[in-house]
Order: sequence, then structure tokens, then C-alpha cells
Amino acid sequence: MAEKVLMKGNEAIGEAAVLAGCRYYFGYPITPQSELPAYLSKRLPEVDGVFVQAESEVAAINMVYGAGSAGARVMTSSSSPGISLKQEGISYIAGAEIPCLLVNVVRGGPGLGNIAPAQSDYWQATRGGGHGDYRTLVLAPNSVQEMADMTVAGFEFADRFRNPVLLLSDGVLGQMMEPVSLPDPVDYDIDSKKWALGYNSKEKHERNLCSSIFLDVDELEEHNWHLYQKYQVMTDLFSTGEYKDFAVEEHLCDDAEIILVGYGIISRILKTVVEKCRKRGIKAGLVRPKVLWPYPAHVFERLAKTANQFLVVEMSCGQMVEDVKLSVNGKKPVYFFGRTGGTIPSDFEILNEVDKLVRPD
Amino acid sequence: MKKIFSRPESMSKKPFHYCPGCDHGVIHRLIAEVIDELEIKNRTIGVAPVGCSVFAYDYFDVDFNQAPHGRAPAVATGIKRVRPDSIVFTYQGDGDLAAIGTAEIIHAANRGENITAVFINNAIYGMTGGQMAPTSLIGMKTQTSPYGRDAATAGHPIHMCEMIATLESPVYVTRVTINNPANLMKTKKALLNAFTLQKEGKGFSFVEVVSTCPTNWGKKPTDAHKWLTENMLPVFKLGTFKDTQGVEKS
Repeated sequence: MAEKVLMKGNEAIGEAAVLAGCRYYFGYPITPQSELPAYLSKRLPEVDGVFVQAESEVAAINMVYGAGSAGARVMTSSSSPGISLKQEGISYIAGAEIPCLLVNVVRGGPGLGNIAPAQSDYWQATRGGGHGDYRTLVLAPNSVQEMADMTVAGFEFADRFRNPVLLLSDGVLGQMMEPVSLPDPVDYDIDSKKWALGYNSKEKHERNLCSSIFLDVDELEEHNWHLYQKYQVMTDLFSTGEYKDFAVEEHLCDDAEIILVGYGIISRILKTVVEKCRKRGIKAGLVRPKVLWPYPAHVFERLAKTANQFLVVEMSCGQMVEDVKLSVNGKKPVYFFGRTGGTIPSDFEILNEVDKLVRPD
Repeated sequence: MKKIFSRPESMSKKPFHYCPGCDHGVIHRLIAEVIDELEIKNRTIGVAPVGCSVFAYDYFDVDFNQAPHGRAPAVATGIKRVRPDSIVFTYQGDGDLAAIGTAEIIHAANRGENITAVFINNAIYGMTGGQMAPTSLIGMKTQTSPYGRDAATAGHPIHMCEMIATLESPVYVTRVTINNPANLMKTKKALLNAFTLQKEGKGFSFVEVVSTCPTNWGKKPTDAHKWLTENMLPVFKLGTFKDTQGVEKS
């Protein structure tokens, strides 16, 4: 780890990607993620990498599909409307099991919406987004440091699971500046993937094919169950296995009567709210999912035994709240408070909601 | 006994699924012959389209990616940028390349990607059952132009070679056909030129092959080339629209 440097979240993703061995970026301009392609358009040529500004988001994701097929660590980034355009390609990438990193710096929607920060792409991120039976691993940073760390982790997970990984950020995290310790550089070898197109090896090998078509119904069913089993392995690793601590952050939950739940930038506000609650004698705790798919249901199953109620706070009309309800499974009441359209809730507003719940009179 | 004709090494042994009278099989073979002759089999990567030739990857014994509809040139861009020493070719029909994928082919050409794009133009959507294509002829009856293509509402046949030749980056843009043995040899030469230019790192090459679809044209396989000659060639004129390296003179 080097000394701390002051960086914007979007730039931290770019530098961390380079350090993770990513040499290929394909994207299309959209606010509020433009600092990332701007950074990489300058940085990648310095390390003999390739930056291509594509003709559209659709083309960009298919360039990612091609570069990932050829064995590279590759990424693209966009913001909400652009991520919608990429969904066809993401579905193909998931079907063909090509590793890559996708970044969504979420803005207000639907439609063109606005360019203010939002969390209204949760469903799109965690429910597939594109067509077919597939999943993407979804990481949710809440600081510039985590933008960098989760970029590196994202490339590792993508390669390990041969699956696209989505970094779900928002306009605040992308634009804000914080000190960050950059990770150590990785020396990545594009011939480390034997299945890749153009795989160079002295030993003789069969030709390689990257494809998502299985015209025979039995073959497609077998392929889909194979993907499903892979997703089950991922779910186990992030709930009970080696990544269970990576998946979630808990703060003052052991004796908490009310658990506040939020991801990304909201979790930073919720931490303040929890501290204010504690000062006022309200036993509040915080659960922050850092991985949104597979969802850390195990934490809620446990806390549903000790806490009295849950309050989910999002910058949307309520999307992740459904996963909390599924995880709590009716054992305790789950409430929701949200602001939408690019508005960020204040700690005061949230504290008011907590008050209403714990002191109903 | 001396063997004078056999399957190119770059072709697999899988029997074609194409209809009788369809040109895909012959064009596949010509590409495989070129790959063999240039001795690039071990570093060639193909990109298959969506359409009748979606299974092109089954017929070539080289690495392949199967791309989303229209996106083959974007996928090929990604592959070539990662593996600049490989020989990357795309293979697309008219629905794929001239409708849904117009942006991708134009911009790959305009960036001068060092790839070879093979465009099979048979003026109709094949796999989906014979719908009107951007290259369908005026008056041509298809499943979705039952009264014949009307220029007033459906526009005119798109001329991809002519459009791409207006760009500065492409080095070789040519339209050929395989309606007779002489033209077949010209098609082989055009493909050889295109792959050679890529091998030499010269840039983007585009080979349009005016082709048949007897099944969806409602023609006998034996009549298909005659129909092509009489109806398509007057609209899609054969010839080379761009040859910045002078490969056709050499």
C-alpha cells in the first residue's frame, strides 16, 4: 500500500483498474461518470493499454465481450440510461461466461431522468437487467477507498467465477474526493485463461469458442443449470464461506432494537443517524450490504431474532427493501424511507422516521 | 493416386445446415481456402453473426466468438485490440450488418480497425423466415412486404460498399458474387486480398458478396443465381469501390 492520495471516486476506479492489470477500456460518454473515461484515456496509453471511445454503449459492451473473450481484464462504465443500453451485451457475456468489470455510476431515472445521484437501478443491477436466467455479482462501495478496493476485488471475482461483476456506485461517490491508499499492482497475463480466443500456448489445444447459443433445448437447460450451480457457489461463498465478511458491514447491531439498512452513500448518512440515536438513548444499529447480489440474507436471518424492527433507507421509491423483507421473512416488521429523483435524505429526516417508529406516540 | 481436391484444413467436418442453393457454404469454403493459403489458421479468430450463419463457428476449425445481432464488428474490435497479431474476420448477413448493426460496421470501418468484414447480401432476412431487409429490392415481395417493397414507405436498397467507401480509413472495399465460375474466382481473390491486407497490418477491409436465398425468394435452387444475376446485380453493381493499397493492380 502506497501513501494516501486525494482522488475523485471515478478516478480511483480508473487507477485501481490499471493496478489490477486492466489494460482495456471501452465506453461512451455520459454524466456523472465522465471522469473515469477521461482518466483512463490519459492513463491507459502510458501502460500500453487501449482506450476506445465507442460509437454507443451498445458497441462498447460488445467490445468488452470481444476483449474479455480474448482473455483480457477489461472494463466499461456508464450511468443508468447507458447501462440499460448495455443489458443485451451483459446477457450475452453472462451466458458465454466472460469475466469483465462493469461500473454504473447511478443517476436519477426513469428515462433520461437527471444527472443527480440515485439508487434507483437496484432492481436492474440485482435482478439480471437483461434477458434470461443469469446473475451478475454486484458490489456496492461507500467511499473512494472502496471504489478502488472493490475495483480490484471485482476483477478477481470476475476471473474466479467467469462472470461479469457490476460495481454499483452513484453520482456522489463518483464525484466526491477522499484520500485513498491505492492497491499494489498486479502483473496480469492474458494467456492465463486457457479458454480464451487466441490463447497462445506451446502445447497443442482444441480451438476455443465463446458463445451463448444452445439451440438444443436439452443443451440450454443443462447450461442454465450449470450457471445456476455457479451462482449457488457464489451465494455460499458470500454468506457462509470465505467472503462472508466482505459481503456486509455491521455497526452496533448486537444490542440494537432498530436496525437501519442502507448501501452505498446512504450508509454513511445512516452511520451518523445511528450515532445520534445512541446519544438519545435509542438502541439503533446499521447493516450495510457491500454485496447486493448475492444478497447477505444470513445477517438479516440472525438479526431478526434480536432486533424489534428494520428501517430500510434508499435513494429510490423502495427497491432493496424487498430483499430485506425476503431475508427477514416476516419475523419482524420492515419499514422503508426513501427520497428519489436525485434527492439525498438528510440525517435529520431519517432520525425523524426512527423517532416515529420507536416512539409511536 | 494424387489428391487434387479436398476439404480445406480450416474447415471442420461438420455438414452444413444451409438450404439447397444457398451460397453460404461455398463462401465459407472460399474463406477457409484463403486461411489455409495464407497459413494463418492457428491465429485466425472468427466472429459469427445472428442469422442463418449463426453457426458459422461450427464449420471453421478456428477460434470463434458468437456475437449479438449486428454487433460482430464491435466484438471483433475488442478481440483485435487484445490480440493484434491474430487475424480477425466477421461474417454477417444483410439484416445483421445493414439494419441493426449499421452503426457498428460504419464505426469499425471508420476507426480503420485492422479486421476483415465479410458481408453476405441476399436482400432478405433468412433465418427469421424471409422478412424485408434494408437491401431488399424495390417491389420485392417478402413476408413483411407482401405488396412488394414500396420506396415511399420503406425506402431504397442500402448500398453498404458505396457508403463505406466514402470513409477515409478503410483500405479495401469491394462487391463480388459467385453466380458463375469466373466470378467465384474473383470472390476468392477479393477475400485473399482482404485477408492479406489485414495480415500486413494495412487496415479495414470489406468484402460484400451478393448471394442467394432460394428458400425465402421462393425460387428453385437452380434458378437462384439466374434471379440474382437478372435482379440483384443491376442494383448492386459489382466492382471495387476502394483500394488504397492497389492490391487489385498488383
